[in-house]
Order: sequence, then C-alpha cells, then structure tokens
Amino acid sequence: MTTLIWGVLPYVAFVLLVAGTVWRYLYDKFGWTTRSSQLYESRLLNIASPVFHYGILFVLVGHLVGLFVPMSWTDAIGVGEHTYHLFSLYGGTAAGALVVLGILTLIVRRRVNASVFRATTRNDKLMYVVLFAAIALGMAAKLTHASGDGYNYRVSIGPWARSLFTLNPDTGRMHGVPVLYQIHAVVGMLLIALVPFTRLVHMFSAPVQYLFRPYVVYRSRDPRRLAARPERRGWERAGS
Amino acid sequence: MRIMAQIAMVMNLDKCIGCHTCSVTCKQAWTNRRGMEYVWFNNVETRPGQGYPRRYEDQDKWRGGWELNKRGALKLKGGGRFRKLAGIFSNPKLPGIKDYYEPWTYDYQNLTDAPLGDDFPVARPRSQITGKPMKIEWSSNWDDNLGGATEHGDLDPMVQQTRQQASDKVKFAFEQTFMFYLPRICEHCLNPSCVSSCPSGAMYKRVEDGIVLVDQDHCRGWRMCVTGCPYKKVYFNHRTGKAEKCTMCYPRVEVGLPTVCSETCVGRLRYLGVILYDADRVTGAARTEDERDLYGAQLDVFLDPEDAGVQRAAEEAGIPYDWVEAARRSPVRALISTYKVALPLHPEYRTMPMVWYIPPLSPVVDALTETGHDGEDHANLFGAIDTLRIPVEYLAQLFTAGDVVPVRSSLEKLAAMRSHMRAVNLGQLPDRSIAESVGMTGDEIEEMYRLLAIAKYEDRYVIPTAAVGDARRLEESALPDSCSLDYAEGPGMGGEGPFGGDSGRTTAGGRRLLPVVSVENFHLSKERQTTDPAAGEAKAPEKFTKTEESS
Repeated sequence: MTTLIWGVLPYVAFVLLVAGTVWRYLYDKFGWTTRSSQLYESRLLNIASPVFHYGILFVLVGHLVGLFVPMSWTDAIGVGEHTYHLFSLYGGTAAGALVVLGILTLIVRRRVNASVFRATTRNDKLMYVVLFAAIALGMAAKLTHASGDGYNYRVSIGPWARSLFTLNPDTGRMHGVPVLYQIHAVVGMLLIALVPFTRLVHMFSAPVQYLFRPYVVYRSRDPRRLAARPERRGWERAGS
Repeated sequence: MRIMAQIAMVMNLDKCIGCHTCSVTCKQAWTNRRGMEYVWFNNVETRPGQGYPRRYEDQDKWRGGWELNKRGALKLKGGGRFRKLAGIFSNPKLPGIKDYYEPWTYDYQNLTDAPLGDDFPVARPRSQITGKPMKIEWSSNWDDNLGGATEHGDLDPMVQQTRQQASDKVKFAFEQTFMFYLPRICEHCLNPSCVSSCPSGAMYKRVEDGIVLVDQDHCRGWRMCVTGCPYKKVYFNHRTGKAEKCTMCYPRVEVGLPTVCSETCVGRLRYLGVILYDADRVTGAARTEDERDLYGAQLDVFLDPEDAGVQRAAEEAGIPYDWVEAARRSPVRALISTYKVALPLHPEYRTMPMVWYIPPLSPVVDALTETGHDGEDHANLFGAIDTLRIPVEYLAQLFTAGDVVPVRSSLEKLAAMRSHMRAVNLGQLPDRSIAESVGMTGDEIEEMYRLLAIAKYEDRYVIPTAAVGDARRLEESALPDSCSLDYAEGPGMGGEGPFGGDSGRTTAGGRRLLPVVSVENFHLSKERQTTDPAAGEAKAPEKFTKTEESS
C-alpha cells in the first residue's frame, strides 16, 4: 500500500499531467480556455477571483519552497527550524486564508447565481470538490500541527518528494507522517492528475509573452485555406 | 514606407431607414448560436440613443481605445501590459450581460400544452441565460426610433458632450426631436486596441486585407479585448469561453463577394473597397496630439493608388496587381479621400477605424421643406445646416471628435449635390457657383452623384479576390461543402461539440447535461481537417480516405 500510494501514484499523476496536457493541447485547443463566467456576474468575481488566484500563487510558491528546498540549505543561510516554522505558519496561513476565502466566495457565487450555476459542468463540480478538498485538508493539516515547532515535514515529506525525481522513491520517509498530511498529499496528487482534463488547464496559458510582443499582431492568411489541400502521401486517387 | 491593403467600408447614413435587415441577416449568418444570443456583430442604433451595449461610448467608464500618456506616446486606456497581467484574474471593466441585454426566448410550448381553461395560454419570456422566467427590460435596440428618448435621451454620452458645448442644441421634446440611424460593425481598425489588449496574441490583423480576426484555437478567454475595443464590437461567447467578433464575412470577401450586411442592405447604402495605406505612419498618426486633428491625420495615412511611386511600392510589397487596380476603382477611397464626404466614427479613440460614414443630410432637407422653404435650394440648405434640429455639433461628436468643420463641409457638399442635380433634372443649366462654393466642379459633383445615388452592385462593391492560382475555387459554388469555421460551436456553427448547444445530452427532465470534458474527438477533428474534396467533385468516399491513410 505504501508503495502504491507513495511510489506509484506520484508517477501516475505526473504522467497524466504531462500526457493529458499534451493530448488536450493537440486535440482540444478550442476547449482550452478559462471559461470565465464574468459576463453573468461581475461584482463578487472582481473581488473573490483575484483574492483566490493571488493566494493560490503564493501557496504554490510555499509548496515549492517547502518540498524542494532541502533543510540543509535553509540551515546554511542561518534560518533555523523554528524561524522557518513560524514563517511557514504565518505566511502559509495568510495565503491559505486568502485562498479559502476566495474559493468559498467563488463556490457560493457559482451555486447561488442562477446563470453561473447553469453554466457549471459536471466536470467543474468534480474539479471544485477536489480543489476545495486539497485546500481545506492542507489548511487543516497545517493548523492542527501548529503548536511549538509544529510538524517538520521537511525531514519526511520533503525528502520523499525530492526522491521522486531520482526515480527511486524513498517511500519509507512517509511512515509516521500525520494522517492529515497524508490525505492532503494524496488529494493533491489527484488534483495534479485532473488538471489537464478540467478548466484548470488555463494555468498553463499564463500570457507572459504579452510583455514582449508588439501591440498589434499581424498574421498572413493561411495559404492552405485558399488553395486545394496538397495531396498527402499515399495511393493515387482513382481516376487521376 | 510599408504599404498595406485594407478592405474598408463606407455607409451612407442618408439612406439608412433603420430596417435592421443587416443586423438580422448578419445574426443568421454568424451569431445564431448558443452563447452568442446577445451578440450582434452588426447592430443599428438610433441616434441620439445609448447604443449597444448601453453607453458604450462612455470611455471614462469602459476604458476602451487608446490615450496619450504624458510623453505623448500611445497607451491603452484600459492599462498597459503589466497592469493587464496583474489584473488578469478578473476584468473590472467588462460589460456585464445586462449592459448588453439579457437574451430571452418564449415559452412557446405552453401555447399548445396548457390545460384547457378560461384564459388564453400565453408564452412567457424565459431568460436564455438563467433558463428562468424573466422580465424583459432592455434589448439591443430598445431605444429604437427614439423610444423612451424623453426619459433616456440624456444618457447618450454624445448628447452629454454636445450639451457641454452648445447648451440647448439637442432637444427631446416630440416636435423638436431629430434622429438618424447608425449601423455599426467592427471597424477593422488600422491601430486596433482589441488586438493590442489580447494577452494571448490570439487576435490579429490579416496582412493581406486588414481584417481583424480572433484565432479560436488560441483565445484563452481573458476578455481584455472586450474592454480594449472602444466600440464594444468584440464579444465574449459565454458558452465556449472565447471572444468572437465581426469577421467582415471574410469567407465571402475572399471570393470577391460583399459582406452579408452589405449584400442584404435594403437601402444599398454600404460601399466596400480597398484602401492602401502606409503602415509605418499609423502609430504616428494615432499619436496626433489634438484629437480633432486625428481625422486629417488618418487621411494622410492613406496612399493614392494613382501615384506611380505607390504602385511601385505596392508591387515590391507583394500586393497583387488586381488589388492595386481595385484600390484605384475603390468607391470607398473616392468617398473618403477624393470627395471627403465620408468621416470616421469616433476618431478620438485613436484606433484609426476603417468603417466610415457619410453624415445624414436628409433630416435637414425634410425639416426645411416642412417649414415651407425650398428644401433643395442651396442657399436655404447651407443656412439650415447650421440652424436646424440635427445639430452639427452632435454629428461632430460622433465623427470628428467635435470638430464641426469637416462635418459641415461634408453636409454642404451633399447639399450642393442636391441643388446641382435638381437643376440638371429640371433641364436647367446648373449654377456653377454652387459647385465652386464647396470646392468642387460640376463634373465632380455629377460623378459623386453617380456614386451616391445610382451606383450598381459592381460599383458599390469593388472587392479583389484572394486569388491564389486556383480559379475554380474563386467561385462561391466551388467552395468546399463545409466551411473552415465549421467546427463544433465555432462561428461556422456546425454540429455539437465542446460545450456545444446546451452542452451535452438531454436528461429525461429535459435539462441538458454538459459534457465531462470538452474535447473535439480526434477522428472528428482529423476528418474536418483533411476531407475537403476538390471543387466540383463529390466528397471522397469514406472507404477511399481510409485506404489512403493505411498506406
């Protein structure tokens, strides 16, 4: 079981993320959008959406630091475990609070506003459940282990996460990890696997290139759209 | 000099009777799909009026178009690149559905299904957004023919601005009102602020003909274009989550046919043609400091296709010969640059719009005739232009950023044309001083008359084809059976698909479910991309295509 959850699931999630994204990009460019519901309702969204998105970006940075920066590095620059814990507790909780506040408002808005709810797919509902579960479990795990120096995931979960990249997952490290953290991690992997198949793909479209391109985009007409399509390799057409 | 060609349009407002045929045919052709119920690529507004979406011209609120920063450089009014990216998680300046109008249908089923009773069953309006019964409060032309003008008339942003300059020029009392119709499509601007606002780079201006389009495969639904366009002519399809806009009917224009709105215009008031312009000078012209000079600055950007140097440059730039020829015969160029009777709509947005308008003179003539004066006498007409109900100041707010000189000049030319042609029709010798008073010769006036009054189909629409060697495909009948936009929920509206129709299957209760994942089926997409048979031939049999693939 340990091997399955901590040794196999991460890779399954990762493969689904990458392969799913590639597949979606190849075959569903048209469906690749934020599918904004702002046209229906703007007042709540204008507040809740930035709150949620900025919060989740901060949370993402927090996860990257917590999981992929080894403890020895922070020790080396003189940040002790206690300092780190306080930083992670207050910083993480602040960001988490933004995210929870944001997503709760967004979910309430989605349910209460008739037009927004009508535009909600089953896919969206599933995504919201998993996303909210991951967020809520993360917050719960953090806050229930807040006293003293808290739970030091950087000697258990962190090394395990890094060991995944060596293709030699150190599943043993996950023994004894508090159960809330464990569930959070599993739901998190589920969320990662879901990303390409939901509207969450829009996270990969962050339009950074906008900063560097000229304002007006010119594009030539696709000549293939006008002339006959060039013959593809194969048997000659009958009668030609 | 970077010479480029643009398909441009001129509308003669004198002839618009406000029948909305253009709007309806456009809607049938392009926007009769789910998610686009509220969208009119072409709409006809009664002016004065709020327009569609309501008060779209109020750029202090909607932040569309460009403005000049302190250094005199162009800056998107809705905020620059960093501001756009920082605020990408919501768009506070996006018009809501209520600013357009909430689209509805009627409960027709109730007419047949209602149980027998004392009252006639009625078909109640039902919102197409929420699916619930609704109260109809507004629509795309709710203030048509000045409906409710006594109450809403003051909400027209242009009326407000005119009032600031000429206190009581705009009147809404019944016996003092004036009105005219303003059909609007996308302006296909030379300096498009929607394209400039698109973070994804999905919107583009076509090099060959200047048509501004949205790449449906690259649009990610950030909605910045909707805000960026000061004319509010980019719309958000709320089913597909993508922006859509007037396409200038490019599949028709490519084969030399006029747009649907032009083709079906009852008043035959639309002109389509090519204009050559210098792309290098566009930004400079858009930066003109005084917004009243923008009209002149835009005229200076256009190039004269009769000029040998321009012809040579066009050839070097790879513009086909028939395009230069079309530019020489362009009715649009004649009205804009030669006679200077057509004016741009809201040049002050600094987008360099390319759908121009001949301001309406008819209300002046009619009103003059009603007062017992000779409505076609040039002396009366010239005087009336300044004093009659249709305030030149109001027209100037629309067409020249408030500068009345070009508007008056255009109206005077039209008035001179009437007087001149009346003399011709009555067999009199036209008074040459009439033509000279507006800086034209009698011959020029008669040529302009021919273009404005009797131009036939081929004179109104001078559209070179996107010729690329395959002559057969230039005939409309030779086009492939399916349109290149004909994918599910695309503008070509073929079939069901990603979030299509009411998205998904229908349950027993009649409510339709949305699909779990929005995907275009692999085989569907492949078939769409690879099976257009050569013109005239029957579609390749299924079996044959498969054999070809397996080899």
